[in-house]
Amino acid sequence: MSNPPPRTVRFTVNGKPAAVEVEPRLTLADCLRHALRLTGTHVGCEHGVCGACTVIVDGRAMRSCLMLAVQAEGCTVETIEGLGTGLDEGGAEALGPLQAAFRRHHALQCGFCTPGMLMTAHALLSREPDADADRVREALSGNLCRCTGYIGIVEAVLDARPAYQAGAPGGQPATGGIDRTG
Amino acid sequence: MTRRDTLVGQPVERLEDLRFLSGRGQYVDDRSVDGMLHATLVRSTVAHGILRSIDTTAACALPGVHAVYTAHDLGAKVPVIPMRMEANADLARFEQPVLAHGKVRYVGEPVALVVADTAAIAEDAAGLVGVDVASLPPVLDRASSERGEVLLFEAVGSNRGLSLQAIRGDAAAIDAAFQDAPYTRRRRFKVHRHTALPMETRGLLAEWDPVRQRLTVSGLVKVPFAIRSLLATLLDMPESAIDAVESDCGGGFGMRGEFYPEDFLVSFAARRLGQAVKWIEDRNEHLLAMTHAREVECDLEIACDLDGTIRGLRGRGAYDLGAYIRPNAVTAPRNFAQMAGGPYRIPALHMDVAMLVSNKTPAGSYRGPGRFETDYFRERLFDIAAGDLGIDRVAFRRHNLLRRHEVPGRLPVVMPYGTGGETDSGDYHETFERCLAEIGWHDKVALAGRQVDGVFHGLAVGSYIEGGASGPREHARLVFEADGRVTVHVGSSAVGQGLETIFAQIAADALGLPMDRIAGVFHGSSGIVKMGYGSLGSRSTVMGGSAILDAAKNLDHALRAAAAARFGCAPGEVSIEDGLRSAAARGRSLPLAGPAGIAADGIEAEGVFENNRRTYSYGTHAAHLTVDPATGQVRLLEYVSVEDVGRIINPMTLHGQVLGAIVQGLGGTLLEHLVYDGQGQLLTGSLASYLVPAADDFPNIRSIVLENHPSPVSPLGAKGAGEGGVISVGGVVANAIASALSSFGVQPDELPLTPPRIWELIQRSSGQVDLP
Ligand code: FES
Ligand code: FES
Repeated sequence: MSNPPPRTVRFTVNGKPAAVEVEPRLTLADCLRHALRLTGTHVGCEHGVCGACTVIVDGRAMRSCLMLAVQAEGCTVETIEGLGTGLDEGGAEALGPLQAAFRRHHALQCGFCTPGMLMTAHALLSREPDADADRVREALSGNLCRCTGYIGIVEAVLDARPAYQAGAPGGQPATGGIDRTG
Repeated sequence: MTRRDTLVGQPVERLEDLRFLSGRGQYVDDRSVDGMLHATLVRSTVAHGILRSIDTTAACALPGVHAVYTAHDLGAKVPVIPMRMEANADLARFEQPVLAHGKVRYVGEPVALVVADTAAIAEDAAGLVGVDVASLPPVLDRASSERGEVLLFEAVGSNRGLSLQAIRGDAAAIDAAFQDAPYTRRRRFKVHRHTALPMETRGLLAEWDPVRQRLTVSGLVKVPFAIRSLLATLLDMPESAIDAVESDCGGGFGMRGEFYPEDFLVSFAARRLGQAVKWIEDRNEHLLAMTHAREVECDLEIACDLDGTIRGLRGRGAYDLGAYIRPNAVTAPRNFAQMAGGPYRIPALHMDVAMLVSNKTPAGSYRGPGRFETDYFRERLFDIAAGDLGIDRVAFRRHNLLRRHEVPGRLPVVMPYGTGGETDSGDYHETFERCLAEIGWHDKVALAGRQVDGVFHGLAVGSYIEGGASGPREHARLVFEADGRVTVHVGSSAVGQGLETIFAQIAADALGLPMDRIAGVFHGSSGIVKMGYGSLGSRSTVMGGSAILDAAKNLDHALRAAAAARFGCAPGEVSIEDGLRSAAARGRSLPLAGPAGIAADGIEAEGVFENNRRTYSYGTHAAHLTVDPATGQVRLLEYVSVEDVGRIINPMTLHGQVLGAIVQGLGGTLLEHLVYDGQGQLLTGSLASYLVPAADDFPNIRSIVLENHPSPVSPLGAKGAGEGGVISVGGVVANAIASALSSFGVQPDELPLTPPRIWELIQRSSGQVDLP
């Protein structure tokens, strides 16, 4: 069995340029997690169903397990690590409005689905800051959570809307819709 | 020290959330160490067969492969995984070897372990391992397992393990109840195989330190101390040379963290190769290899007077436990038998449950083990009986629900273990009436069975009790650090339920401190406390929390003793002031913290809580749904849960537990199903075929939690909670569907109630099609 030789791929992650040597078969999820050590992006199924691996690529929510790293060449990638507003004076993580709403509404338990949920919701609200409950549920229906029953998650996303209505907060402005086709 | 309880009972935002929300959680796959190797399992693709040979030549020859281990490499005797709960010599004959030898008994059974430089190379190599199996006919259902024409374990001579009985009243009383009763009814019910499906698959990182001859294993959860002790036995090394490190964990629900073959294999490989080895399960593997649950069939019979008074309940059930008896395989059958009567007055009860093996993935306990199943059977039979007797379903339950003066009461005795126990406190009618009021039963019940805009409306209600706080004990240690903050160390383990927050609340209140004086909560891993008993049976909060209370008392003593020594007075003369900032006696006062403080080097105290009684939270669920007769589609309009947990530590996390559990129950009732074909191949091996609830499935669920009846069993008054949400769902939803389709006479006796099944039931009962 011989595998094609590694290639270098260059893209922007959370505003910073990255260049990584990857095997062509490496997924973007594995590249982020293992090559770039951005382990906040999680992998729950590797077959495009659970949404845990969702990141934002050129403004669109994408399943990073269904994308090869080499396909991200030249793209702008946002991950959970870029969603906050940085560290506060005490060195603690300062939460962006969507993250803070998740905490307030107890929208997470084990936290494993959370990065994917946040990125999907961030992409949604960046484009549709007035999304109603049905729209939020629909948009999140491709992200599975086994702990919460989703109720707190939907409440949190709805509660975060004002911050987006005033212009996209946190990370980089996300434009574009949610990609359901993967 | 004063107990102010300013934090306990409050919806304190979780400490864990900060790291989880920013992508800084540390799940096992998030850790990497230099030079780490990667492991992959070779698993049986045949459900039942003679394992003739394994050819590893090609796999070993692949560049980057370090080792391929088969059972031959594990020494003269291949280790088997012993039972952890309710160990029993009869059942021990069905225990699983860590790698198959002689025979394979289910698709997914570990046959070999490949270790390579990268996960991709390990997977490539696994594909090159040749496994030669001579197929045998698989045993896939109850009938063929019981017939025993084909045996999984020839040496045992039967596919049937031990049978359990749960008994209240002697044999004569039970016979009399059924002989004399004017009304009896028997019915067969079935719950299907499904599973917990946490969003994080399993994984392990084992590191071997060749110099110190130490093994460090990360990724252990639930019962890390028990796993460590078993690993030590199986690897033949001292327990003290193993560090079990708890990682963040993407959901447990009872299934993650029992001892699995991989726990041994990955550790074994790390030691043998003298290197760190990581293994991360993929989703397909997870569906094949993580324990399955809930597959049970039961003939249940009820005896009543004509006014609806229950005289007796008896049943014969059989659990399909898959190919091997796993460490906690008995939990579900035991609860199934013992909890058959739930919170109702049932003077004579006899349940008999057989444990059968089959060529499917081994089964274990999943949230509300046995209780989900048994409550479904009981509540279904109650609705049928009430219908036969012409008694309103609510009146029937109200009549038979135990009254306040009947609690605590003795639970049925489980044989052959001889265990019984009794409930602790509560008023079951309180949650029952409240739940009816919350859903507006009175106004809505007229809709039941009626067709409105094409769909039929149905309602149902049911009650449960949930055992929690399993013993035997838990340990805690509180450290007053030199900087004046306190760290909390507990043997309970976290499975994503927010334990750090809850323990910080309890510790802060017990010490009279604000939350920000609690500098950290450490749990689960070995080395943190002497011993820990983990997270199972809704025990962590009650057991760990009570141990913290004990440690807080001891810390107070320790601080006083240290101050008394400084002041040259008796400890009784010392007063600790200002929220643990200073100590005073005989007109002098000194700070506790800081370089000149009394606790300049830190002072610690241990605590322990022992308990051999269990807590019993309880509650009532009600549902209002519609069924579309054209498609069989169920729409849940409203689902309400009212429960009493004795004392609420954090209402926010508790509601989260309840809502999450209800949705899991809805998944298990309406969607999820592990389906096998006639060859024993799992047909639902991905998330595209194993359907779990999504965000748009069940939007209308409410949880109301009461704390009217604290438990006398624990000093906190809290009862185990977290499983209750799942227990009633199957029965309540099935009954609501039966209520909606009453004009068709549909009786949903088997789960899951998927649209095709409901449609089929409608067709069959309206005589439109002839179905088997
Ligand atoms: S990991 Fe599940 S969708 Fe990508
Ligand atoms: S919080 Fe555990 S899977 Fe969503």
